[in-house]
Amino acid sequence: MAPDISLWPLIGVAVIIAGFLLRFNPMLVVVGAAIVTACAAGFGVVQTLTAIGTGFLKTRNLTLALILPLATIGLLERHGLRQHAQAWIQRFRQATVGQLLIVYLAVRELTAAVGLTSLGGHVQMVRPLIAPMVEGTAEARHGALPERIRFKLRAMAAATDNVGLFFGEDIFVAFGAIVLITTFLHEAGITVEPLHVALWGIPTAVVAFVVHAFRLWRLDRTLAHEIALANDDGAAP
Amino acid sequence: MIFSLANLYIVAGLVLAVVAALTAADRHHPRRVGSALFWGFYALVFLVGNLLPPAWIGGGVIAMAVLAGLRQVVSGPHALPTVVEYADRARRLGNKLFLPALAIPVVAVVVTLTAKQASIAGLAWLDKGNPTLAAVGVASIVAFVLACALTRETPAQGLREARRLVDAMGWALVLPQMLAMLGLVFSDAGVGKAVAWVATHYIAMDIRFVAVAVYVLGMALFTIIMGNGFAAFPVMTGGVGVPVLVGAFHANPAAMAAIGMFSGYCGTLLTPMAANFNIVPAALLELPDKNAVIRAQWPTAVSILVANVFLLYFLLPSP
Repeated sequence: MAPDISLWPLIGVAVIIAGFLLRFNPMLVVVGAAIVTACAAGFGVVQTLTAIGTGFLKTRNLTLALILPLATIGLLERHGLRQHAQAWIQRFRQATVGQLLIVYLAVRELTAAVGLTSLGGHVQMVRPLIAPMVEGTAEARHGALPERIRFKLRAMAAATDNVGLFFGEDIFVAFGAIVLITTFLHEAGITVEPLHVALWGIPTAVVAFVVHAFRLWRLDRTLAHEIALANDDGAAP
Repeated sequence: MIFSLANLYIVAGLVLAVVAALTAADRHHPRRVGSALFWGFYALVFLVGNLLPPAWIGGGVIAMAVLAGLRQVVSGPHALPTVVEYADRARRLGNKLFLPALAIPVVAVVVTLTAKQASIAGLAWLDKGNPTLAAVGVASIVAFVLACALTRETPAQGLREARRLVDAMGWALVLPQMLAMLGLVFSDAGVGKAVAWVATHYIAMDIRFVAVAVYVLGMALFTIIMGNGFAAFPVMTGGVGVPVLVGAFHANPAAMAAIGMFSGYCGTLLTPMAANFNIVPAALLELPDKNAVIRAQWPTAVSILVANVFLLYFLLPSP
């Protein structure tokens, strides 16, 4: 059957996938894909530039929340915030990395579920507080950390922030996703209550918490072993 | 509106303009001209973006990508305090250091909860279109004043520190916006319709389990490509969800939509296209592997996806 719509713009998707696989600079890949897609859809030069410019202008809000807290966080870091967060958490000698991150996951998911999505974030919380605390906790238990483990723990701190945010915010009734869902279904001739959509999000939100908390619990079990392994690698000639 | 997004864009633009100026004046910077041009143009987008013709901005965006691709956007030299100095300063201020850091989330939440209706002299003072983001803006400014007072540093030093962090992220800071721009170009060009056509015409949708799997995994896959579950939802739900799952198999629309959207979020955890969640933190945490956060997330995301397929399958009414 012949499609009644143009399949040519799919070339843009191919450019993205090829570009990421070949590890070209992502900025170039994205702009390249935008130009290819626009050309495939029959846009002229000015129309292509306008589409890129308009899109870039409309999405400034994405970077705003990244830029505005930087001066504050930078000043505090200059005065030892990360070092202090690390030292502070080491008072809790019994704490483990897994426990710390499970508590953060629970707080992040629950607060996002009641709409408080700004209690967290990579610039405000993970870099200055959560990641140093995770590293501090691991150091208190296992001594100096090999680079590889340090990087892995930081990545896990960022991952935990993401999981908590994503699977919490979608069960908040007033969240954009639920508005989008009900509006879209309404236009398709189906009326659903926003509250029902939020409630049906709960099983997946619970699964997300259980799965990620289990992985964090496992991390505690395997961390000592992984550190020993990484140290051996480092010592090998 | 006092804290409208338009005004906060000006604040962000001024920060970026200072970054560009400090870079241009930095004699020891290894790529002084390229980096200064990159941040300078980005500052202009925030300061006067609405006044420029969109096609000019498009040209500038391409130039920014070329500068980044040619490795002209790199960090300047930053003299950091020594380990001993850091430890001394941390001891001097102690727990007080937490105050401005925690002020950002706490003030943002308090402002979001209380200020929606409040006004000053009859003017609403928080952006109605996006109160959460405007609240983060207010909170950042409050926290900055607190941080300057606490550390007895000048605002100029704060801007130098902001430049250090901007430098640490480099062009990755701009990537989320680039990808969102691409999403808009994709939808202008009809990429979503083409993907939905391919998905619905080459797969056996009359088998219940296959239809459920196509919807759930399609939401994830499409989100991986577009970097955004919101872009995937209309395509997959319009193409598969409503006609097949609700129309033919009588799925509960609220359950289908909720599980579908969450499946899209699993895709977000798996894709470098969702740069602000995956690539920016890797840069911010100074990880050598740009995909380290995705590597940490994939087992969680794939487990949730599998759970979603079975959840939605067992929620279908029996035939």
